[in-house]
Amino acid sequence: MRAAITMLALAAFASVPLWLRDPYLLNALITTGIFIIAAMSLNLLLGFTGQLSLGHIAFFGIGAYVSALTSLGFDIGLPGGFRLVHEPWPPIAGLALAILVAGLCGYFVGLLSFRVRGAYFVIVTISFAEVVRLVALNWVELTQGPLALTNIPSIAIGLPSLGELTLRTKLQNYYLLLAVAVVAYLLIARLVHSHFGRAMRGLMENETLAVSVGIDVTKTLTLAAVISAAIAGAAGSLYAHYIRIIDPEVFAFINTVTMVIMVISGGKGSLAGPVVGGLIFGLLPVVLRPIMAPEAQWIAYGGVLIVILFVLPRGIVPSLAQRFARRKRQAATVAPVAFSERAKEPA
Amino acid sequence: MLEIRDIVCGYGGVTALRGISLQVKAGQLVALIGANGAGKSTTLRAISGLVPLRSGQMFFDGKDITAARPPRVLASGIAHYPEGRRVFPHMTVEENLDMGAYLRNDAGGIAADRDRIFTEFPRLAERKRQAAGTLSGGEQQMLAIGRALMSRPRLVMFDEPSLGLAPNIVERTFAIIRGIRDAGTTVLLVEQNAFAALEMCDQAHLIESGRIVLSGVGAELIANEHVRKAYLGG
Repeated sequence: MRAAITMLALAAFASVPLWLRDPYLLNALITTGIFIIAAMSLNLLLGFTGQLSLGHIAFFGIGAYVSALTSLGFDIGLPGGFRLVHEPWPPIAGLALAILVAGLCGYFVGLLSFRVRGAYFVIVTISFAEVVRLVALNWVELTQGPLALTNIPSIAIGLPSLGELTLRTKLQNYYLLLAVAVVAYLLIARLVHSHFGRAMRGLMENETLAVSVGIDVTKTLTLAAVISAAIAGAAGSLYAHYIRIIDPEVFAFINTVTMVIMVISGGKGSLAGPVVGGLIFGLLPVVLRPIMAPEAQWIAYGGVLIVILFVLPRGIVPSLAQRFARRKRQAATVAPVAFSERAKEPA
Repeated sequence: MLEIRDIVCGYGGVTALRGISLQVKAGQLVALIGANGAGKSTTLRAISGLVPLRSGQMFFDGKDITAARPPRVLASGIAHYPEGRRVFPHMTVEENLDMGAYLRNDAGGIAADRDRIFTEFPRLAERKRQAAGTLSGGEQQMLAIGRALMSRPRLVMFDEPSLGLAPNIVERTFAIIRGIRDAGTTVLLVEQNAFAALEMCDQAHLIESGRIVLSGVGAELIANEHVRKAYLGG
């Protein structure tokens, strides 16, 4: 049942460019998709370990800058009169480095904050994002500051027997995005159902017990942060090579908030949640733009969010799944009502 | 089997244990009794490696576990049944048991142990795919005990297993704990229900303000004037 829905959704996504010819809409879909990957990575932390990263955009932005600078090259002065010169590398190497560096940053942020966790992690991540934004803004020699990094090359992939293919068109970028999104989705799905995933869920549900069965809290949370940051970094790299221009505004707090909204509305702790929430809140501005004034759009955006959280408080996917399960059970007439009622209680 | 020598530890500026020494011999059921805040739970937490020691030493089967972190203590054969919420509420009964075997990687052995627990507690077998949070208090208790046994411990430390349970379930819990001892697993029990603990144990220690003030076999402590007045309500 679940597998059927997943395959159907995948087929639907794969077929989009066949019937959607409008480049503006395709563009909106690609940028939304990039944000969905970032939201999926946030969900790994927020939904499966319960840790809220309110600076998640930092890993995304670091991925974008690392990838852009790797493929553009740079020449900067270091203290002591040295110069660090980097010749341009292929963008695909930028993607790899983006994943690596973002993951490393996740490691340090995790190391700094997971000994105390909770609110401290939230604060450390916010501060981290702000510091990184200030660096991007002020280290003009490296990042061009507010002048932005421009002419970022598109990603090229080497195909056996076909030579090099540079992904310039929206259609090509759409499929690249879809491929990365599927890989990220499968990776996260594998992860949360693994031994390690059980450790994450155990920690979120009952930390005292989790420790008593031998789970190493700091190690587990740090590893989750590394993987989450690395996936966000990959999304950032896709963004840089698709939009082809990035400036420090990419680190804006509102971008993190958007990701959090996507995860919470879709359903944190559910694999499909960020995808559903992401599609709604990524495409809502596109749908509203022709029919509303800009100020009204934001109000409508907030209104939709409130309605979703009011009607489906646990997020769209978990709430619908639960209703569906209950109806199926009632149809089978075994319906242990007490069970489904009690399952709703927050632990 | 377990030997603790003069351990001192605390939380921040507060000293919780002021030099506790005790021995647990293989196959025994040893009870720690005392008032709230006396240091019973802290003793278990110190053994588990959850609270670092300021001084003192701990040995398990001759191996030094003084500075061991929780996973290593568990791997050496000591399981800790912590105080408070007993199960992972959103995981199924089966998953809860598997969590108890988190550090093991012999899938066959884990499955066999799980089946043994299901044979022992048929109620759990009937509900193995149900979320643990939907079980009754008594069923959760059996699940929690089953989970503690899933690491194949040689010593199980129970922290307040009767807390918050209905009297008939408390009775059942104590019977299960005696059964664990009779099956050859050593038990260290922290319990507020002093009378029940003293009745069932082989050896008991009374802790007051972070020190052991009285030790002996259960019957001796029950007969002791001070224990009667302060802990047995007569």
